[in-house]
Amino acid sequence: MSYRFFVNGDPVEVEVPGMRRLLDVLREDLALTGTKEGCGEGECGACSVLLDGAVVDACLVPICQVDGTSVRTVEGLGTQEQLNDLQAAFLETGGAQCGICTPGMLMAAEAFLATGAAASDEAIREAIAGNLCRCTGYTKIVEAIARAAEQRRSSGTAPL
Amino acid sequence: RTLTRTSAPEALIAPPGVPTPGRIESALPPRREGPAKLTGQAKYADDLVFPGAWYGATVRSTEAHARLLGIDLDPDFDWSRVAVITAADIPGDNVVSLIRDDQPILVPIGGEIRHQTEALCLVAAADRETLRAAKRHLTVRTERLPAVFDPLESTEEISHLEVGRGDLEAGFAEAELVIEGTYRVGHQEQLYIENQAMIAVPRPDGGVTVHGSCQCPYYIHRALKRSLQLTDAQAVVVQAETGGGFGGKEEYPSMIALHAALLARKVGKPVRMIYDRHEDLSATTKRHPAVIHHRTGVTRDGRLVAQEIDVVMDAGAYCTLTPVVLSRGVIHAGGPYRCENVRIRGRSMATNTPPNGAFRGFGAPQTEFAAEMQVNRIAEALDLSPLELRRSWAYREGDLTPTSQVLRESVAAVDVLEAAAEASDFGRHSEQTRRAREARQPSARLASGIGMAMGWHGAGFTGSGEVHIAGVASVELTDSGAVRVLTAQTEMGQGTKTIFPQLVAAELGLESEAVETAPQDTSIVPNSGPTVASRTAMVVGGLIIKAARRLRAQVEAVTDRPFADSYRDFALEHGAMRVNEQFEPYPNVEFDDATYTGDAYPAFGWACAVARVDVDLDTGEVTVRDVVSADDAGRIIHPILAEGQVEGGTLQAIGYATIEEIKLVDGRYLNDRLATYLIPTALDAPRIESILVEKPFSGAPHGAKGIGELPMDVGAPAVVAAIHDATGVWIHDLPATPERILAAMTGAPAPGAPGVSAPAPERGAA
Repeated sequence: MSYRFFVNGDPVEVEVPGMRRLLDVLREDLALTGTKEGCGEGECGACSVLLDGAVVDACLVPICQVDGTSVRTVEGLGTQEQLNDLQAAFLETGGAQCGICTPGMLMAAEAFLATGAAASDEAIREAIAGNLCRCTGYTKIVEAIARAAEQRRSSGTAPL
Repeated sequence: RTLTRTSAPEALIAPPGVPTPGRIESALPPRREGPAKLTGQAKYADDLVFPGAWYGATVRSTEAHARLLGIDLDPDFDWSRVAVITAADIPGDNVVSLIRDDQPILVPIGGEIRHQTEALCLVAAADRETLRAAKRHLTVRTERLPAVFDPLESTEEISHLEVGRGDLEAGFAEAELVIEGTYRVGHQEQLYIENQAMIAVPRPDGGVTVHGSCQCPYYIHRALKRSLQLTDAQAVVVQAETGGGFGGKEEYPSMIALHAALLARKVGKPVRMIYDRHEDLSATTKRHPAVIHHRTGVTRDGRLVAQEIDVVMDAGAYCTLTPVVLSRGVIHAGGPYRCENVRIRGRSMATNTPPNGAFRGFGAPQTEFAAEMQVNRIAEALDLSPLELRRSWAYREGDLTPTSQVLRESVAAVDVLEAAAEASDFGRHSEQTRRAREARQPSARLASGIGMAMGWHGAGFTGSGEVHIAGVASVELTDSGAVRVLTAQTEMGQGTKTIFPQLVAAELGLESEAVETAPQDTSIVPNSGPTVASRTAMVVGGLIIKAARRLRAQVEAVTDRPFADSYRDFALEHGAMRVNEQFEPYPNVEFDDATYTGDAYPAFGWACAVARVDVDLDTGEVTVRDVVSADDAGRIIHPILAEGQVEGGTLQAIGYATIEEIKLVDGRYLNDRLATYLIPTALDAPRIESILVEKPFSGAPHGAKGIGELPMDVGAPAVVAAIHDATGVWIHDLPATPERILAAMTGAPAPGAPGVSAPAPERGAA
């Protein structure tokens, strides 16, 4: 079967079985290895991507459900030379250590920031509760997301 | 962020104009590989592409103890598309080279299967579907043998050890109160989020290059050379970006690398062995379960006069690193307290469960949990504040440890205690929880508590370990005028790649960005020892500082100008210059392996944690609200990275205290999926405040000690003390689950001991 959708704004078409995981399509067919596999059963959130703006575990989504949608991955954020504000906040606060949960964590955080909700400690923790991190104790991740939320609010880039 | 500075020894006061080693307060460099990780560009093992690579898999035992009679290939299956490797195909020694030659790479036909998930044979195929089919058409024949699951019932000793000093009998004779306790802790999984992964690529010279997730490339290098009969140059190990280790990628990667390499050499193509979470959880090493018995003598006025401690650790089926884990556990078992009469005995026993290995803390979290339980119980028995008691008992400079080590310097036990007590307002909160407890109605649903624990952690290898390793690290000025640090120290999130350039740059008068790090590739970097034991910052950091000083002196002697202004010209004119620095024992640090006495570690780190919890009195559920952790790791090189170690280690300790437990039946881990082995989420995690106390170690040129493991030692006993403060019950077994808490509160039978397998279900039972 052939499936057409958008990845980070670019149209793509893949010829794969309908039950192939979005995770494998991204990593193996499209060579977008920024999205990681941690458990393969929707527990760790390392493979979190945005599907039409909503956070999903790419290991649980068959490609047939992706047809016609818009997928956003870590590769769609800033570049190494030009990190986006959220990535920069992670770098400054120490929100990334081993880095394997980081792409998924960033996507969950982007979805949260896009809601424009008040970035209280509780709200941030709730937003990333599906993303496991074993290195940081979450302290600096929460700090990074709060910092990015504050920056977006003060610069007027936060959605209403 | 609080940095508490204590007075530095003379040696560390830098003369005017000389930068403090590694300390550039104004410009703390960001994580070196951070931008690559934050954009998804960092390449972890499973992200590496090798065209034409095959997929490898391990066929494992499904019995705890058995004789391997045969491995049968279904004659109706097309085996021409598949590679199969058995023990008979191993050219060299069939052992995973580590401490003792007991663990085979693959169990030979006729050999003994000693645990569930033991590797029996290997298969590889060009695609995953063929690989799965091949595994289905392969049958293992075995003869079952009786299995042992409880280390207390095992008769097979892996190692034993005794340390102590003084006169135990005289100590107990002086005691007016003797408190006893038995504490049990179970397995804990490291749960790095990146599963174990290795890819082996055949080399034109007949050898193999292995790329993978690991802490210790040279462990793998040695294992490959020995079992595949390769020369130094034919075995090449390259660390891929590594998604967490915590000890779990110290020794097990050698096994996977051997498996992948055997298959790759047979197939003649790269072979990928990327574990999924289920295989990783079910087969790789865990923290050692332990049973620890304390008998402590004190006087009525609160003096500690005798400590008798017995430690039994469950090694699992093979030795792995167990003797070293046991020795660290035993040395730390008394806690950071002065006691004139002490005896600590330890033994590690084999059971028919998967082998246990390294995990952050390395034996100390088990024994220090027991030690702190004992201190908190004694404080209660004497009606003294646990803070007061610790103030009185804590090590000071000049005190002797159980190995008769004189703590000459860098002793910050009291400093971390006071820092944590003050930041957490321990006295006021304790008074509040006491009043609330006294006023509590029987119908109350929620109770709050506060608890404290202290700990210590020796930095670097135990005893003569560093002397035996004799690590070499280098700093190089390349002919193109770049400065490069060469070590085998792996980055797995803790910050090696950031602090090493920082330390060298400070010595050379450069910006951190001007210093590169060579890749952790055994064909490029020297063996500076494994990335374990909180040794990277202190030991190898010290080596590269010394190397940088020599490089600077040699260049400046020629150019007669400051290094920073002249090194590029020097390189253009004279070419490359490399300085190798080999470890030399720290001054006055001596250890006698035969009697196990002397300086067990060049220096210790010190920690104190205070935890506040809420306990649901109906369900036994614990919510850890906040934790203050004060840690002394000597001079702090990079406060943000150091705090990251404290915060992460603290949360692992909280998981150990509350939810992380492996259940076993017939020697098999039951909760071997991430849906059933739980670790704390962001919602479970408390607010963690880290306080960095700095009591430098003069033996290291930069004054740094280790920080990686330290916070893991104190979190769990602090949480259990807080549960006691809330509920009035002591939980002697970790984790303190709702079942154990309710059982203690109601007097109902407690769940079984942690870490011990239930027997196999009766065969043929309805």
